[in-house]
Amino acid sequence: MSGLLRAGAAELAGRIATGEVSAREVTAAHLDQIAGVDDRIKAFLYVDGTRALAAADAVDAKRAAGEELGPLAGVPLAMKDIFTMKGAPTTCGSRILEGWVPPYNSTITDKLLAAGVVVLGKTNMDEFAMGSSTENSGFFTTHNPWDNSKIPGGSGGGSAAALASFEAPLAIGTDTGGSIRQPASVTGTVGVKPTYGATSRYGVVAMASSLDTPGPCARTVLDAALLHQVIAGWDPRDATSINAPVPDVVAAARHADVAGMKIGVVREFGGDGYAPGVEQRFAEALAVLEGLGAEVVEVSCPHFDYALGAYYLIMPSEVSSNLARFDAMRYGLRVGDDGVNSVEEVMNLTRGAGFGAEAKRRIIIGTYALSSGYYDAYYGSAQKVRTLITRDFDAAFAQVDVLVSPTTPTTAFTIGERADDPLAMYKADLCTIPSNLAGNCAASIPCGLADGLPVGFQVMAPALADDRLYRVGAALEAELTSRWGGGLLDQLAESPSGAYLNVGGVR
Amino acid sequence: MSSAVVDFDDALAAFDPVLGLEVHVELNTASKMFCGCSTAFGAEPNTHTCPVCLGLPGSLPVVNAKAIESAIRIGLALNCKIADWCRFARKNYFYPDMTKDFQISQYDEPIAFDGWVDIDVDGETFRIEIERAHMEEDAGKLLHLGGTTGRIGDAEYSLLDYNRAGTPLIEIVTKTISGTGAKAPQVAKAYVSFLRDLMLSLGVSDARMEQASLRCDANVSLMPKDTTKLGLRTETKNVNSLRSVERALHHEICRQAAVLSSGGLVQQETRHWHEDGGYTTPGRLKSDAEDYRYFPEPDLVPVAPSREWVEELRATLPELPNLRKLRLQGDWGFTDLELQDVVNAGALDVIGATVAAGASPQTARKWWLTELARRANEAGVELFELAITPAQVAEVQGLVDAGTVNDKLARQVIEGVLAGEGTPAEVVARRNLAVVSDSGELAAAVDRAIAANPDVAIRIRDGHLQAAGTLIGAVMKEMRGQADAAAVRDLVLAKLA
Amino acid sequence: MALTPADVARLGELARVRLTEEELVHLAPQLDVILASVARVAEVAGADVPPTSHALPLTNVFREDVVTESLAADAVLAGAPSVEDGRFRVPRILGEEA
Repeated sequence: MSGLLRAGAAELAGRIATGEVSAREVTAAHLDQIAGVDDRIKAFLYVDGTRALAAADAVDAKRAAGEELGPLAGVPLAMKDIFTMKGAPTTCGSRILEGWVPPYNSTITDKLLAAGVVVLGKTNMDEFAMGSSTENSGFFTTHNPWDNSKIPGGSGGGSAAALASFEAPLAIGTDTGGSIRQPASVTGTVGVKPTYGATSRYGVVAMASSLDTPGPCARTVLDAALLHQVIAGWDPRDATSINAPVPDVVAAARHADVAGMKIGVVREFGGDGYAPGVEQRFAEALAVLEGLGAEVVEVSCPHFDYALGAYYLIMPSEVSSNLARFDAMRYGLRVGDDGVNSVEEVMNLTRGAGFGAEAKRRIIIGTYALSSGYYDAYYGSAQKVRTLITRDFDAAFAQVDVLVSPTTPTTAFTIGERADDPLAMYKADLCTIPSNLAGNCAASIPCGLADGLPVGFQVMAPALADDRLYRVGAALEAELTSRWGGGLLDQLAESPSGAYLNVGGVR
Repeated sequence: MSSAVVDFDDALAAFDPVLGLEVHVELNTASKMFCGCSTAFGAEPNTHTCPVCLGLPGSLPVVNAKAIESAIRIGLALNCKIADWCRFARKNYFYPDMTKDFQISQYDEPIAFDGWVDIDVDGETFRIEIERAHMEEDAGKLLHLGGTTGRIGDAEYSLLDYNRAGTPLIEIVTKTISGTGAKAPQVAKAYVSFLRDLMLSLGVSDARMEQASLRCDANVSLMPKDTTKLGLRTETKNVNSLRSVERALHHEICRQAAVLSSGGLVQQETRHWHEDGGYTTPGRLKSDAEDYRYFPEPDLVPVAPSREWVEELRATLPELPNLRKLRLQGDWGFTDLELQDVVNAGALDVIGATVAAGASPQTARKWWLTELARRANEAGVELFELAITPAQVAEVQGLVDAGTVNDKLARQVIEGVLAGEGTPAEVVARRNLAVVSDSGELAAAVDRAIAANPDVAIRIRDGHLQAAGTLIGAVMKEMRGQADAAAVRDLVLAKLA
Repeated sequence: MALTPADVARLGELARVRLTEEELVHLAPQLDVILASVARVAEVAGADVPPTSHALPLTNVFREDVVTESLAADAVLAGAPSVEDGRFRVPRILGEEA
């Protein structure tokens, strides 16, 4: 069974396709793993074993009938609880949506189901994707498999933790300011934010509409590429969706050759506030890429210093508007309807009770930033900074093929450590935010450990050049895997601290 | 319930009314503004809804191309400039009929702006400047229950049907309209009527006020005659017919004048028009001015109509009302005054349709401006709302031309049709209104009249032909009007003269 | 430009989020700190810089005016807190219709 859990998506799909193992066996193994370790990890909000096994059986039936299976057929996946799926509750980590069962599938859900991917369940997240630690979930906190006293990152901590604890070989999340990449970085997994518009937002509960990007999460770069291929593509139901072919990310992941590529190190991402271990692992990864034939240069993107500020104006503004619909009228929580209270009062009471502290903070900031008299100074100015950041990227990409940085300034911090210090929490997104503002693509690849905790290496590429992420990521991964004698998570699996995961001893 | 008012003429002696009109047009697209749900009227509640128009978490809007087309055509017909590039914006406010608690609308970038239309009232032309025409989505329908009035004020709870939510609307806003003087209420009515005709001729809306596919909010303030300082304005809603537009403004002018004349201040507020009582009442005072926190809609990309496309659409415009009026005047041979009367009575379309159905322009004009106008007035409805169609009016005239009925009987036929007794031919049959054409029967009646009035007969024999009138009258009376008076006269004279 | 608890309460009402006394007291200084740090953006946002509302330069994305299937009424009403006569039932409304 450990073999099935340690195998990646590509390997599992291959073994299912040949009939060596059944999809049911694979799904059952992962359901057992969840049953075994999720009490400690708490990655999942909802698991539907019956539905998952039925989906697996359908893949087996297809194979038995001689039908062709897609490249990920029968592979289990953990779905961030922000994607709608008919018949399964979607909470977005919030009490205000507790119990809501959507009557429709997101486009990505439809694509996954059509590909034969087996959705195991919905994973925990910061409430409405607001946070960098999953501590803002209205239900419970998820624990980092590397050290259960640490955060798994956020907002997609559940998905990342599910991968790192071998509960699933694939996961999907959304990245608005780093919510896929930062959890990937602190859990030693791979997380990709595709180009904005490359993946459909239809059926993905909106946080900040102009920034939200659904993306693939996995333990290897190739697995992420396979998943990227399945979920990306134009959607007529999303007006901001790009009508262009998906770049061949799978080929790029297999190509994995950086010889002759120019790599730009963003000068503004480093120094004060960055943990020494993180900077060291980052420098070492750069050396690896140089050794593989890439040319590394330093690049300055001066307006990146204003990115955090712009983000924390644009995002809450859009959030305050997107979250207005949770008003107790048509679905979700309703508080205070005693036959006397007015509808205004019921809305007030419901939202006061249903939203957590971070959600309220951002709603208030956003309401303020959009208020008459303040629009120009806040939201209006932030939209201008966005232009300046995009120009910085354009200038940089005129010189280099990709930009790189540490994914986040530190390794996983302790649960509770930053809960009362919003600004400190926000700084976890320093390196990831600029790509959301400009809309280009970026990924986090594991590049080592510092003080026993994973460090992530961020690669950024121009919009629509998502293949470059996989090319660089795969090259780095291959070399590091070779040096380590396995992936970063293999180290966790084989270590005493990872013994509770019960996946050791398979090599 | 009603407030103090001063006499309209007195009000106009002291103040100049300044108007602002906002008209919402519900487009007749098959599907909604941002989703494919049907816009068809009358479906069971909440059966024409989907994740998008319900604003379910995760849903996204996609713009209806036909709505853009209609918006541009409306803008062109209003002589507006069409934006090269514009965006949708979110208007954020909480209300149960708004599924997202924001409305997707347009803020500082409307698709059409800076236009004008010319409105004729009693021979005077007023140029109404159009500030903008923009696109937005409609809200769901609220039913207020538990109270006695069905209105929001005393309701215990409300019920929501979202079938209408997401229907495309075009909002047309005028710049302030001044210089209308005492004609202000009529100008407003004529403007709304004009818009209605325009929407119908463009084919973009049913434009029925009673079905709320054409809605008017009327703003008015009074400027004291000795100043140029604009007064505070009120916005009057629930103006559900053309008549109401005129009546509501008339009333508001009188009411505001009363407030100002007694030294008070007009409250800048929304008022609700009560058609039955003929007065307005204040809406709820809002605790703080509504801050809609507009920002560009991030889920939609900008709309940038190419100039080629705009010109293509311009070529699809029907003959615009002003030009049509002039052409019809030429075709029909009406004098300026006659045309004026027609326009004032709002009879241009119905006369046109009656002529198209075969009546002569003059007879069509006669019927619509006399008999039918009188009946419309009595019933308190517009000409087009009467229960008789232009084709039927033409049919009635046809009966007169054929000698089947005379003018007087024709009026009874019209009465019958309006009463729902059937088509003109059916009414004639049912009520037995046909003129008697049997000359034998007529001759017998004439003989009886002569016998009953011997002295009159003698006078006629003596050459006083006008005395025939008495005998004709007697015959007509006996025939209950169902005779051709000229034929009767001929018979009388033939027998006596 | 310090935000007082009263300012925060007013914003809460505008956003229809009822905040407790404790929350108001706790939030105001936190928001202040955040706003001060983000206000820096105004430094570089010159008048000559155009704003970006969309990452990608897409325009004119439309759909044809074609009717597509709606949800069945029971699916629509399924998650509703209160239903009557096939409609969503909501408490009495104080504010006038906009």
